[in-house]
Order: sequence, then structure tokens, then C-alpha cells
Amino acid sequence: MDTLSFFSQSRVLIVTGKGGTGKTTVSGVMANLAARVGLNVVVVQVAAAGDRLEPETANLCRLFGEQAVLGYEELSLRPGPPGQVKARSLRPDTALVEYLHLHGAKRLSRRLLNTGALEVVATAVPGMPDMLVLGKVKQMERAAAAGQAGAADVIVLDAPAAGHAVRFLQSPHGLLEAAAAGPVRAQARDVVEMLEDPSRCQVVLVTTPEETPVNETVEVAQLLEDRAAVKLCAVVVNARFPPLDLPAGLSVPELAPLAQASGLALAPGELASLASAGQLRRQRMEAQAAQVARLASELPLPQLELPFIFSVDLGPAELGTLTDALQASVANWQPVGLP
Amino acid sequence: MSDLVTSSAKPLVAICVGPGGVGKTTVSAALALSAAQVGKRACVVTIDPARRLADALGTGQLGNEPRLVSPGAGQGWPGELWALMLDAQSTFDHLVARYATSGAQAQAILANPVYRNISAALSGTQEYMAVEKLFELVESASFDLVVVDTPPARHALDFMEAPRHLLRLLDNRVFRLLMTPTRAGLRAVEVGANVMLRALSRVAGGQVVADTVQFFTEFEGMEEGFRARAKRADELLRSPTTSFVLVCSPRRDTVDEALYLVAQLSREGLEVETVVANRCYPRYGSLPLEVVPGTARGPLAGLVANMAQLAVLSSKQDEQLARVREAMPKAALYQVPFLTGEVADLEALQKVASYLS
Repeated sequence: MDTLSFFSQSRVLIVTGKGGTGKTTVSGVMANLAARVGLNVVVVQVAAAGDRLEPETANLCRLFGEQAVLGYEELSLRPGPPGQVKARSLRPDTALVEYLHLHGAKRLSRRLLNTGALEVVATAVPGMPDMLVLGKVKQMERAAAAGQAGAADVIVLDAPAAGHAVRFLQSPHGLLEAAAAGPVRAQARDVVEMLEDPSRCQVVLVTTPEETPVNETVEVAQLLEDRAAVKLCAVVVNARFPPLDLPAGLSVPELAPLAQASGLALAPGELASLASAGQLRRQRMEAQAAQVARLASELPLPQLELPFIFSVDLGPAELGTLTDALQASVANWQPVGLP
Repeated sequence: MSDLVTSSAKPLVAICVGPGGVGKTTVSAALALSAAQVGKRACVVTIDPARRLADALGTGQLGNEPRLVSPGAGQGWPGELWALMLDAQSTFDHLVARYATSGAQAQAILANPVYRNISAALSGTQEYMAVEKLFELVESASFDLVVVDTPPARHALDFMEAPRHLLRLLDNRVFRLLMTPTRAGLRAVEVGANVMLRALSRVAGGQVVADTVQFFTEFEGMEEGFRARAKRADELLRSPTTSFVLVCSPRRDTVDEALYLVAQLSREGLEVETVVANRCYPRYGSLPLEVVPGTARGPLAGLVANMAQLAVLSSKQDEQLARVREAMPKAALYQVPFLTGEVADLEALQKVASYLS
């Protein structure tokens, strides 16, 4: 599938996955890829109420070479248009203020916030804070659909991780059941409409090719389909060790003649290191391959793949490498056919 | 770690904090196991263990109470390892039963249609219930060491804040609007009489606000019990026999988050004494300069490239670990390698434990 077609599938891409598997990285890489083909993108990171630090926002900014932390206002990470990438974070308390303004409670909104009203609202109406954030995303999506000036073509939502994501995306459904009438019900209905329409909104799952993350991915996929009624677009297998040709025999006695034949003069200790590093690599590659196969059989979704990066920090150079890889992976995309 | 497992102060509490996805649950269980290995009675409170680890610990079948872990064939340890998987809802149900002034009141609350949702929100979801369970285990005086795996929250400090969060909610000015003080305790107000509540009704819908007020009506009289308990739980978290173990991995982002946590704890006068850096790729030594990656011909090219890649990785990991050492010079630092295979049985857990002594 070509890149433009991939991003034409849906206006909002919700990225979620087990914590630590690269959700934020994948959000940034997807945004960068969309920008490469001339689309204007906004990455929205969702923050819980009362957050004091946004490690995820710092990571996203660093990926694009910026030292910054995201706030309510959009920050430009890549210039444009066309191909502009902007980013922002959405918090329930600012979403609540906006919502109250819209419903004629402007004067009270600041007072409510200062007295910690969000906590009470969260207590009284569980799911409300999450739904307010989704309501804001829906608003951005409507602006995009209407082609409003300054609106993005694609919205990448860097959502909460795994289990929290299920609760997050379930919130409007829960509110529809609980709230009999009124603005909350109307808002919840609109958000559900967006979530259930694959042309407006789809979910991208992120995992690493390891046992526990794969287990959780399969579970979360099921829960999202059952409880949030969202369409699952694809699963991104992140941090896969790149393939490497290794000799069949990786013991020192087997490698010694090969070293000699290659004209490499290695001390025994060096050869032993070469051997055990090779054994580790092979073991990792095989274990990962097994997990990828298991993922394919337990979760019949198209798989995209990103390579492991031999570093501890990701910046613009790595962003370029990962975007290339994602582009190649999308090009190999095999949509799952109907049986 | 040797201090934690050999200390005679009883009961000792070890709270494992750290960013998500670094293997906190595994390290928590391994820590409890190493205490059992030196003859202690240790209990690990897990929050969300991986399925196979849960099965290995026997917590798959478990309710909210500690269960003795039986060693596998050919294994054994002089002490005892106990484990439980936290069930936040049932913990709160027990608290209601405990602090209700009558059986009828407890029943009324548990039967309230919004109870389930509100109790989840009121207790700060899993965090407060984990502290509650810890408190219960310490009070029972059955264990020499209790290890708590904190929930995979966005901010592990939420765990520390959990009792105060509940107290703050009870003190919350808008919350107070829902209750007025009476001689017995608190009584719920009339929604219509109050402008704030009307505004809340506009936001949340009238019925939900009414249901909430009803819930608090039924909650009347229990508030003091909860408040006292939350205060004692908070004191436990800050007591000298409570120790903090920071779990991280040698990546820039997890070290950033870990150091932030340490700074926050330090601001509260709490010190992290132990750091476990998990999932470290090994060092393999280096190749002589003549063997330049990419120029090695023939069948060894892949091996040479591999070694060069791993060398870059491990030197960057070392940089991150140096940051941790620099920020926490007095802490004991343990490195656990990236193990081949999932830690899904007691044998693998023992392997992890072996790196923690």
C-alpha cells in the first residue's frame, strides 16, 4: 500500500500499547511519515489530570530535535505546510474549562477548577475526564473534516497505555449508560459516533516481539473491540532485531577455522566474545520470530515492523531511519482479506 | 539489597517504584524470593503480574489474600515466600464493611448503583488500595518483609500520594458542598439549593449528581474511620522501616523518569536506597582496531557487525548508568541482564534474584 493511501484510511489514528514498547516513538514516526507525503499532522498526547511532568512529551520533542515539553498550544516539530508536524498535549482540566465555557458556565469554570472540581467531577461521573479529552479530539477531527484553515489532515493520538487505553476509549459508552439526558449524553453520543466510524477513527496497536507484551496486545485488542467498538487498523511490532547473516555453528572451535580463512587474527578471548555475542543475537532473533508468528496467529491484523535501534536515546537521525523502515513496511502492507 | 533481606527490623517494607515497562513486578517478586532464601517470611503484593508469572506464583487462582508459594521440584528455601495479586475493589468493600456503623449501612452502600464507579474514583483506583493492603499486611505482623509492586501508573509517585489524595478529596471544598457537617458527621445537601451543584448538574447531568449525593448520604458517619486510616497509612509509607527500591532500565527516557521520581521523593525527605537497573545488554569486550566492521570478509562479517552494534549499545547504557550513580552516590546499584526468555517460572525468578545480592 502506498503511504498516502495508508493515511487516507482514517482521520484519527489512536496509538496505544503496553507501557515501554514505544507508543510515543511510533506516534512520532507515523506523523513524520505522513508529513513526508505532504500531509499536515498533529500529534496529540493525552495527559491525565494533575500531571507534573510529561516524560512522553519530552521524548516526542527530542525525537524531532526539540528540547521542549508540550502544552495546550500546538508546537511545531517539523515546518510546513505542506508536511507540517505539530504537537500538543490535552489535559482533562483544560478540556473541562472549555466545555463549561461552551455550556454557559464561564464565570464558574475558574472557581470550579480552583476548588478542585475536576476531582469531584471525576468522582461523581467516572469517565468524564477521559470523555472530555476525547470530545476535544472529536472537535479537532470535525475541523479537519470541514477543511478548516489551520486544521491538520491527520491526527495521531498518543493515547494512554494498554489497560488505561481501554478505560479511556470506553468512557463515552459508560457515560451513555449512566447519563439519562443533557449535554453529557449528547457529547458522549458524538464521541461514540466518531470512535465507531473507521473512516474517522482507527486504532494502531504497538508491541515489542516479546512474550508479555504480545499477550497484553492480544488481550487489549479483544477488549477494545468488545467494549469500545473501535476498528483496529494494524499492529506495529517495534524494536525487532534487524536480520543478520550468522554462521551456522557459533562455538569457538567452529569459528576458529572461519576466522583463519577470513584472514582475521583474533586472540582466543576475542573469538569467544564474538561467539557469545553471536549466540545472544541468534537467540534474540529466534525468540522474536516466534513471538511475531504467535502474534500473527492470535491476532489477525496486518503487521508493520520497526527495527531495534542500537542506542538508548532517539533523535532526528533515528527518526529518519525509523520513518524509512515504516515506509517500507507500509509498502509491504497486506490487508487481511475476508475469509 | 543485602541490607533489605538481612535486616532484623520487623516488619520491613520495600516499595518498588519506577517507570512502566521496566520489569518492576519481576524485580519485586525476585526481591521477596531472595528474602525467603535467607530464611525470612516474605510477601510480595503484585498489582498486574504477567499471566505466566502469576501462575508460577500461584496468584492466578488467588483472591485478595496472601498465598504460600510452593517451590518447584528440586527447589527449596529456608524461609517462606507468599504472594498476592491485588483486587482493588474487594479491598474497598472490606473497608466499607469495617467502617460502617451497622451491617445495614454497609449493605446500603454496597448495593448503591453508583458505588462501584465512585469507590474506584474515591480510592484513586489501585494506588490507594495497594497502600491499604500493605497496611493490613504490616498490621497482621505475619511477615518479616513485605514487598510492594506499585501500579503501572504514569507517575509512580501517585502511589505515595494515594492516602493523601483520599484525604484531600474528603477535604475538597466542592466535595464539602455535597455534605454539611452535623453533630454525627456529615449530611448531604439539597442539590437545587446550591449554585455550584447546579453548575455541576449542568456538566454531569442531574440524575448522576443526585445519585452521587445519595451515595454520600449513605456514606455518612464512615468518613472519620477512613480519614484516620488514611493518615496511618501515610505514616507507614514514611516510616524509617519503609525502604524504596527504584527499578529502571538503562535507557535515556526511563533514567530521566527514574531520576525525576528520586527528586520528588527526596523533596519529601525520603531516600531511595537501592536501584535495580533491569534489562542490561552485556558487554562483550572489544575487537582489535584492525577488525573494522564492514570490512571483515566472508562468513564472519555478520558476527563482526553484531559485535560492533552491541558495543555501541552497551557503551551508551553505561552512560545512562553513570547518570544514575552520579545522582544517587549512596544508593546500592544492581544490574540485571536482559535474560534469554521470559521470567515465567520460579527457576527464572531465582536467576533474577541471584543478581540482587
